[in-house]
Amino acid sequence: MSVRYLSCGDTAFSVEFGNEISPQINGQVMALHAAISQAKAEGGLSGLVETVPSMRALMVCYDPLSTTRRELEPQIDALIARGLATDAASRKVRIPCCYDDPDFAPDLAEVAERTRKTPEQVITAHLGSPFKVYVLGFMPGLAYIAGLEPSLYLPRRAQPRVRLPRSTVAIAMDMTTIYPFESPGGWHLIGRTPLWMFDKRREQPVFLAPGDSLTFERISRAEYDAIAQKVEAGTLDWSELIEP
Amino acid sequence: MSALKVVRAGLFDTLQDLGRIGYMALGMPTAGAMDRIGLTLANALAGNPANTAGLEIGVMGPDLLIEAESARVALVGPLSPSLIEGDGASPKPIESDRSHLLKRGQVLRVGMVEGSSTAYLAVAGGFDIPPFMGSLSTYARAGIGGFEGRKLAAGDVLPLKRGSAPAGDERKLGGPFDYGNGPIRVIWGPQDDYFSEAGRQTFVSSEYKVSKEADRMGIRFEGPTIEHSKGADIISDGIGPGAVQVPGAGLPIVLLGDRQTVGGYSKIATVASVDLPRLGRLRPGRTVRFRAITVEEAESLRREQETRLQRAIAGFQPARPAGGIDLTRLYEENLIDGIVYEREAVR
Repeated sequence: MSVRYLSCGDTAFSVEFGNEISPQINGQVMALHAAISQAKAEGGLSGLVETVPSMRALMVCYDPLSTTRRELEPQIDALIARGLATDAASRKVRIPCCYDDPDFAPDLAEVAERTRKTPEQVITAHLGSPFKVYVLGFMPGLAYIAGLEPSLYLPRRAQPRVRLPRSTVAIAMDMTTIYPFESPGGWHLIGRTPLWMFDKRREQPVFLAPGDSLTFERISRAEYDAIAQKVEAGTLDWSELIEP
Repeated sequence: MSALKVVRAGLFDTLQDLGRIGYMALGMPTAGAMDRIGLTLANALAGNPANTAGLEIGVMGPDLLIEAESARVALVGPLSPSLIEGDGASPKPIESDRSHLLKRGQVLRVGMVEGSSTAYLAVAGGFDIPPFMGSLSTYARAGIGGFEGRKLAAGDVLPLKRGSAPAGDERKLGGPFDYGNGPIRVIWGPQDDYFSEAGRQTFVSSEYKVSKEADRMGIRFEGPTIEHSKGADIISDGIGPGAVQVPGAGLPIVLLGDRQTVGGYSKIATVASVDLPRLGRLRPGRTVRFRAITVEEAESLRREQETRLQRAIAGFQPARPAGGIDLTRLYEENLIDGIVYEREAVR
């Protein structure tokens, strides 16, 4: 496997596995992310601070006061040469989503029209997509989730919205996302989950992690309200949503 | 409870330590001090470990009421004279770049940051606020860290770990720390190959001015546009501290502590860590030039800077001038005590 090492200054470098978005390449990124984390846990890779996975590259951050790029690169090479376990088990996460309230899904009709489907078919395609979290970024807890059923591919909206509500489920290009905060956004809004992707009261404030497999589960507005109440109160058992 | 109470807020004062490390994979920006040297010196003067959270003062400092038996504070950075006001006593100017012993009821009026800089206030023992994801650094965009995840406002009460200042003399910097001058040093990459040779030359041969869009997230520069050869858009990847991203319009943006963790614009170069504190002190209107060096040079410059920083800390001097009278100290310890005791006697 050939990788490119790209300089990100004297405190980081990027290990680039390719120049396309694909499950294979992202799998290698995630596998190196995991291998480095394990090597660190075993006391290795001194001076390596953290790693940041993205679609096709892993950024390796280091402390130039305790190591150097020259010392670290061969160690990363060695990890890659040992073979990366790209079939690493990922968490399977269920995301309850209400598609049936027009307030939650203001773009559902337009998406249906533009993809020549009925709204019901759009929902079915979203529910059936084999989603995987490729990268978190842009804001804390915001996940770029690839695997959208290809018949739903649409470019971003020409006019981004200035404000959209927290926990909105949206699609654009080959991805879906869930907004962790009220924020601006240019994706197509097709539903809302009662879950909060970021909750500073939780011990682990960010819910999703890179590599997670995701399935959306359709819920009614009444079910949405019931879960939302628990999330608000901080009483939801989040572990029920995760299959290890 | 011992505390510092904000009686008047500055413009944008936040608690910052050396950053929230280890959570970028979850999309969490590191935040942290814009000028780690200033924070480290302030902490050292206050007797704290370098990673203790202090108050980062951007333009204008706050007025802080001491609600503790006593507190040792250290101010670092070029501030217009800060003042200590006691009960009834007329305000006394105090110096920056040293520690001060303050007593209950006194108000520290932190001055304006002069020129292009960022100032820090550290308190001996630090603030008694639980860290969020391992850090007290404020990331205001998501409302996390620091004091309630935001800049300080009048009425805020910042709890202190210590009820009184530890024993010991006040100390001061031996001289101003040399942040260096000349061009800001950068290392090419990660996407210098997305730019034409002419574009790269433009970047390292032109003068760039800090625009009004400069904050804890980054600095947008004005100047000659930088020519791309493969376009401005990349498949999003990680953004390191000091990354110089160049969107389609061709003007560079240097990304700092509150930057997003990944982004989709090509990054022509990355500022060497040795010069990040200089960037953290730049104000709108200032101009800079950039000069390319190698990773090895950058690493070695950073280690050399760290050695100088440790030497500066080892070289702190007693704040009392040799053989002379330290008026500030006299004021702090004797005059004010005298007033306080007198008042207590009257009671």
